[in-house]
Amino acid sequence: MGSSSSQMSKQLINEYQELTYLTKQEILLAYKRFSELAQKEHQSNTENVRIPKERFLTLPELKANPFNERICQVFSTSEQGDGSMSFEDFLDMLSAFSESATLEIKSHYAFRIFDFDSDGALSESDLEQLVNKLTGDKEDTKLSSSEMKQLIANILEESDIDKDGTINHSEFQHVISRSPDFVSSFKIVL
Amino acid sequence: MARRVPDSPSNAGDNDVFLPEGSAEPVSDLLHELPSYQSLLRRKVSYYGTIDRRRSTNQFRTSVSVDQSIFEPENDGATIPLREHPLCIQEKRKIREQQKLRTLYISGWSQWKESSQNSCRKLRDDITELFSHLILWRGNIRSIEGKFGTGIGSYFSFLRFLVILNFVMFLLVFCFTTLPVAISKQGVFNSSQITPSKFDSECTQYSPGGYGLLYFYHNIIDLLSGTGFLELTYLFYGYYTIDTVTFYIFKYSLPLAYVLVTISCLFLSIVWIVKRAVEGFKQSLVHDKDRFQSYCNKLFAGWDFCITDEYSARLKHSSLQHELKTDLAEERIRQRKQKRTRGETFRIYCLRLFLNMIVIAVLGGSFYAIYVATIYSLEYSNTASGSSADPINLLVEYLPSIVITIANFITPLIFETIVRYEDYSPAFEIRFTLIRCVFVRLASIAVLLISLWTRITSCQSQRCSLCGYNYKLYPCWESRVGQEMYKLMIFDFLIIVAVTLFIEFPRKLIVTFCSSKLVQWWGQQEFEIPQNVLEIVYGQTICWIGIFYSPLLPAIATVKYFIIFYIKKITLMENCRPATRPFRASSSNFFFQLILLIGLVLACIPVGFGIAYIPASKACGLFINFNTSWEIIPFTVNTFPSGLQKVIYIIASESFAVPFFLLTCLVMFYFIALAGAHKRVVEQLQEQLAMESRDKIFLIRRLTEVHHIKI
Repeated sequence: MGSSSSQMSKQLINEYQELTYLTKQEILLAYKRFSELAQKEHQSNTENVRIPKERFLTLPELKANPFNERICQVFSTSEQGDGSMSFEDFLDMLSAFSESATLEIKSHYAFRIFDFDSDGALSESDLEQLVNKLTGDKEDTKLSSSEMKQLIANILEESDIDKDGTINHSEFQHVISRSPDFVSSFKIVL
Repeated sequence: MARRVPDSPSNAGDNDVFLPEGSAEPVSDLLHELPSYQSLLRRKVSYYGTIDRRRSTNQFRTSVSVDQSIFEPENDGATIPLREHPLCIQEKRKIREQQKLRTLYISGWSQWKESSQNSCRKLRDDITELFSHLILWRGNIRSIEGKFGTGIGSYFSFLRFLVILNFVMFLLVFCFTTLPVAISKQGVFNSSQITPSKFDSECTQYSPGGYGLLYFYHNIIDLLSGTGFLELTYLFYGYYTIDTVTFYIFKYSLPLAYVLVTISCLFLSIVWIVKRAVEGFKQSLVHDKDRFQSYCNKLFAGWDFCITDEYSARLKHSSLQHELKTDLAEERIRQRKQKRTRGETFRIYCLRLFLNMIVIAVLGGSFYAIYVATIYSLEYSNTASGSSADPINLLVEYLPSIVITIANFITPLIFETIVRYEDYSPAFEIRFTLIRCVFVRLASIAVLLISLWTRITSCQSQRCSLCGYNYKLYPCWESRVGQEMYKLMIFDFLIIVAVTLFIEFPRKLIVTFCSSKLVQWWGQQEFEIPQNVLEIVYGQTICWIGIFYSPLLPAIATVKYFIIFYIKKITLMENCRPATRPFRASSSNFFFQLILLIGLVLACIPVGFGIAYIPASKACGLFINFNTSWEIIPFTVNTFPSGLQKVIYIIASESFAVPFFLLTCLVMFYFIALAGAHKRVVEQLQEQLAMESRDKIFLIRRLTEVHHIKI
């Protein structure tokens, strides 16, 4: 068994180059890493393999990331919604996080990642979960509730333009375009 | 759940906008049907009129479909590259198929335009990919980022930028000045030497080095201080004595090239630095809030997604938590401060005045120490009996550098303690201390240069008027200045190496092997970004000042920064722990470029002064026959055809400069007014948006009321 074709066809590589922000080397490296993870699936065609979420999160680039589960949820095109990743989902993820991706792409995906309840807007509960993820998501590292209220009030004051209590997509893009650290921090390279 | 508008004075009377809790369902249903929400849910972008599979038969959908057709663009060419759609790969493939179908229906010209655009894009991508292999130290910086975050990674990118900048400057200088001199010394082309036209024998006496038989350790001392055998080499100004080189029919004037190369190196540096500074900072700088300290920046851009190390991730979590807590506490303090009484404010201002006096006194003291050390060093090396065999002599030669380094080491500590009593907000504290440290670093170079200048142009008796400078002590003063810059540079490098070897490594060893409480509390080194940046900016400023006097200084700087990269990387990986306190404002690229720009502007002043004001030495160098080095330019302009001469003189005269200046001022005022007008428009639009949102909620509520009544 094992993978029958360890090489990707040139045409496929060119297609991926056109559809993503990745260079040829990055695509081949991604293919190699994906095949290593997919070895247990015993399927011949790596393109059709879906790696379950738990195994995918063992990637060193994602293991230490507090948003790893959300990343899998957002980029996965699985019909069952279980967060399993195919090779193309993996490429999509790397493309959005690559150095040459535009700010619009990054802010679009960042919005979807931070939108924990997937309702199209960052509400107060989304922001609260975001803060908890950033500070370590454990009981002793959480902010106190008064600090949390103060923080969320500050954030909404800075970014909520139409004052509806949530941050929608365009408000998020606006606040990201004024953030100088975003592009350099929203980056994953294999 | 109903969406709530936060309490604000204007909303006090609007609480009846919201339905009671029980009937919240229809409101949120309607809100979910709005076009703005649907366009986010649907994965397909409605550019090409694709049909949404999830449309329901609700009557409100028809309004949605009407809106969609409004958004279809007029143009039929696919101007947006495929990869810019935020969709998954399968959807992008479908869009591509549609685009291919579309191309069959458009005219031949548009087809050709599209295909040429695509192939241009592909070519650009291939070239970028090729060049990405040539980027220096890519893997190194990536591994640093993975462990320590992008803040420290940006410091190393900055270092890489300086290596490349210095290398390019070295290439410029080498190709245009050193190479012609070297070639003509081999006798390949005809060249004419510089001969002094006025035989002022007193001014033209210059006999450097050449002690005959030398011991090996004399060579080492000469290497470290730039005297002796090094003095009459390509390294220093005094060696360049060729006047013109004749390439067949083309006469290459070396003095002109020398001045122009210096000016173009500085100009290239300015352009490149400004370009890099603006790159990451495209928004307008005219904004009230401090974007680095904004909560949104800390939250949304707070996590470095490239961190791969578990330990660093844990530290990052705790540093983020600490930062957020500190900022929230600071805000509470600030709100409390606004309620300060008049008496308290007065007291605080008096205290600040007093502490600033202390700071000025400290600065004055250190500058005076530098001045005295420079004067002493120059006196001693001039009155010493010839040979530089004494190590004491070497120590005295390096005295200015030693005093500057001590001052740069002590004053930040003093400033950090003083600023704590001045009762500023923590963010302002950090920045203020930084500004003071920058000032000390760069002003100490200025003091050194001023003391040099006073020595060179001051004489006890009338002799100065003969040649314009103190020719007895400094027959070739440019080489002397070059030597001082060379010594500063070498010493700076030695200090960096010594601190790493003798302070940082032992500290790590002590912390690892000694388990006493005190030592563990002292802990491992943290990589202090601001101090490190100031260090290398200081070195680069010296290099810029020294370009005119020591043309090969950029080469030394390239090698020096190359080695420093590896030293800093090793000390970072081995000795340092990730920062417990993120230093956001000063870990950005913009901050580094700004400090570098300040250093560059500071460096331009002495260079300009030296070229245009101080008389060139008559005993050595390229400008023996001119009063100042700058005079070569008017001299060359006079050899141009008279029409071109007139044009150049007009451009350089007041009748052109004053109207040009007025025009620049007008343009600036126009842009400032435009920015103000835009700001007002933005504020009005924000108010309007808030009002529209409340209108929307109100209308939906009324709609559902009517809907309920009907049922």
